[in-house]
Amino acid sequence: MAKIPLHVNGKAHTVDADPDCPLLYVLRGDLELNNPRFGCGLAQCGACTVLVDGHPARSCVLPVSRAANKQIVTLNGLGTPEHPHPIQTAFIEEQAFQCGYCLNGWILTANALLDRNPHPSEEEMRAAFAGLVCRCGSHVRIFDAVRRAAGMIRGSGQAKDQDWRRA
Amino acid sequence: MLATSRRGFFGVVVGFSIADSAIAPRAAADTVKPPASDRLDSWIRIGRDGGVTVFTDKVDIGMGLQTALSQIVAEELDVSPRRVSFVLGDTAMTPDQGGVGGSTSISNGARPLRNAAATARALLLQLAAERLGAPAGELTVADGVVIGGGKSVSYGELVRDHELNGALRVSGRGFNVNVEGQGKPKDPSQYKVVGKPLPRAELAAKILGTAEYSTDVRVPGMLHGRVMRPPAAGAKIESVDDSAAKKIPGFVRTVVKGNFAGVVAENEWAAIRAAKAVNITWSKPAAELPADVFAHLRATAPKASRPGLSRGDANALASAARKIEASYEWPFQAHATMGPGCAVADVRAGGVTTVWCGSQKNHALQKGIADLLRVPPDRVRCIWMPDAGSYGRAGYEDAAADAVVLSQETGKPVRVQWMRADMTAWGSKGPAAVIDLAAGFDAAGNVSAFRFESRCFSGSEVLYVADAAGNFLAARLMGLPNTSAGTEFCNFGDCCPVYEFPNLQSVAHVVPGLDDPASPLAATHLRDPNGPQGTFAMESFIDEMAAAAGSDPVEFRLKYTKDPRARAVITAAAERAGWKPRKSPGGDAGAVSRGRGMAYAVRGGTYVATVAEVEVNRRTGAVRVTRMVCAHDCGLIVNPDGLRGVVCANLIQSMGRALKEEVLFDRERVTSVDWNTYRVARAGDVPEHVELVLLNHPELPPGGAGEPSSRPTAAAIGNAIFDAVGVRLRRVPMNAERVKAALARA
Repeated sequence: MAKIPLHVNGKAHTVDADPDCPLLYVLRGDLELNNPRFGCGLAQCGACTVLVDGHPARSCVLPVSRAANKQIVTLNGLGTPEHPHPIQTAFIEEQAFQCGYCLNGWILTANALLDRNPHPSEEEMRAAFAGLVCRCGSHVRIFDAVRRAAGMIRGSGQAKDQDWRRA
Repeated sequence: MLATSRRGFFGVVVGFSIADSAIAPRAAADTVKPPASDRLDSWIRIGRDGGVTVFTDKVDIGMGLQTALSQIVAEELDVSPRRVSFVLGDTAMTPDQGGVGGSTSISNGARPLRNAAATARALLLQLAAERLGAPAGELTVADGVVIGGGKSVSYGELVRDHELNGALRVSGRGFNVNVEGQGKPKDPSQYKVVGKPLPRAELAAKILGTAEYSTDVRVPGMLHGRVMRPPAAGAKIESVDDSAAKKIPGFVRTVVKGNFAGVVAENEWAAIRAAKAVNITWSKPAAELPADVFAHLRATAPKASRPGLSRGDANALASAARKIEASYEWPFQAHATMGPGCAVADVRAGGVTTVWCGSQKNHALQKGIADLLRVPPDRVRCIWMPDAGSYGRAGYEDAAADAVVLSQETGKPVRVQWMRADMTAWGSKGPAAVIDLAAGFDAAGNVSAFRFESRCFSGSEVLYVADAAGNFLAARLMGLPNTSAGTEFCNFGDCCPVYEFPNLQSVAHVVPGLDDPASPLAATHLRDPNGPQGTFAMESFIDEMAAAAGSDPVEFRLKYTKDPRARAVITAAAERAGWKPRKSPGGDAGAVSRGRGMAYAVRGGTYVATVAEVEVNRRTGAVRVTRMVCAHDCGLIVNPDGLRGVVCANLIQSMGRALKEEVLFDRERVTSVDWNTYRVARAGDVPEHVELVLLNHPELPPGGAGEPSSRPTAAAIGNAIFDAVGVRLRRVPMNAERVKAALARA
């Protein structure tokens, strides 16, 4: 066990943990931050994704010691209910999930993609998501949401009230 | 802490807190009586703030059901749907409606809610008539405010001094439970809220990261459990050495009962390490899994056979001028939910137990857990929480039983989270099937005879109703018999469309299961039990028949289809896809050939037709679906936007089942253990174009949409592959290796 400093969603914490323990179990168990979810424990699906210094990381395999002193952001830290991140707004507008268990991976990976490339092509978008699973099959609306978010971030398409999707 | 998913945005129930009652410690004498179905306030309550709380067993497993139900209730009460909040799937608080399943939650499950809401409105109008001094018949309601006699009063004000309750007449059981009171539901022609698109009530919180799932339940003193399943099907525990586990900080204990093994620790990481550290010596099982599941299905004597829909001359096939035959194969497929099974159980003295999990059928689970603990069901309370999707009897029930066993043994609340392989390899499976079809034509080329014969594992080897102990994997590993296993056929008609052939014969067989005593290949319901299997066969073979007759596949279907709703979806999908009549195959001979295929399905009064367009790489065999067009008729549409989301997701999930999903196993064990060895649709597989045509029928009752659009996809893709390259794929998944092999044989 070791004292490990963690910066999560702008707050400083010190946890007493096995340095080899994956970050996921520390975030969930010690800090009671529920957003990253256990999907596979094998870095195969992305349900456990968090941002570490701005990059999507699979917290189910990342030893907590390697996240020490880095800036960790969970979905909850991306925006707030009062001020959602534009990507969250876009995903809500497009009603982009079924069960939503996988969504940490998609939203945080989309965030990283649009940070480095606000004009992703369809191929670039699919390639960015190649390592993610959505078992319900919500991909069509996820892609719609990413396109909408890209437009919002570029400023070419504000989040307009859709008048709730005239039938 | 548990409240967010159990309350809507505005509805606050005055007088009790759902969250507190859900986690409050219970005394040993506590029993839990289910709410009386014949009382209005068991179903619906109005708060003093005008909020409406609905109590229902119809849990929302990620398809927006709660939102559609809010529209149905709001419609009857003349309130905004956003005033309606829900208590879902809590055996202490919600009447038993059989849980959810079979795409029946709108068609059947909404009925008692609609009637209860109509009765609540009638009672409120009586109160308002007295208060306002105007006849009830002359009152109008706008968002919960009753107006009449030049005055107005809100629902919230009306219930301040009056208890809103009354007797209801109860009929039916399970999914068919209904209640009726003095209020008569509106005529659908008056609907203002039902039929309008509405964002899902629970989805924003998920996206904002504030929603809670069953995986997030924490109760005071809770420990963490992991299970250790046998390395081979049928292996038995010979010895256990947990000396290494005992050195792990936080380790609590190992639990072994029969061939059930688990560990409990103070934190999750310690539980994971301990599960690996416990050294179990397992026996080498005597029996082997079949080398080839389809050969096994064909060669094994059925345990039951049932003649199905048949008509006309049984000898017509023998006397046909021309005959074609084909055999179709569907493998075991896995639920493989995004999050492996997870549950929290708190077993206290006297078997007083609380379970939190994502099971679709919590009242059944209550009975099953009680049977496992050998206590009366009223000692057990099961509380539903959202989980990682659910496509049938997903395995949350088994995780709940694991948690119950570990909690009972340790005397502490225990949270069990399965590892990925526990779900993919050891979760019960959608049944494998073989379906043999034959058709005869007369001299003029018309269909004169048809025969359907299916062989499958029973889809209820692990019954979808988990109301007996032996239903749980933990119990079967402990040596309890699976007393509730049922015999479920892949029936002609139930599982595929029926065409108007003059002479037809059908029979279905069920082959004994591999569930002795606790097989990783035990079959259960996985999104539309036997529907994708039967429809893949029928809807592929109808194209084979069309090709044999030299006909266009859409025209051929219409020639033998009278049902106007079936004709309407087939026609609508073809029109939207720009379908030009011609026979298949029609692809070019280039390195990548393009093709189009159609299939249709009926399930429980819902009609679906799907056109798939594909590109087939002749060198590699790789199939890419470039476009899917789906026409969908589920009667009256409640929430068109929610429906679009559900159907779009079904199309992609079922495309993955058609092209990629197959549970692999050797003679000892399932070798599909993770996302690399059990492949599902990924971002790169998604068609560029997915187009829906929703056919609304306000004159019909609302039907189901959770499963029907899963049915036709595989056949639509298989037919498109045939159209592209002229080879017929008769086994799912239609992966590159199989397509390449079929091309080499051609």
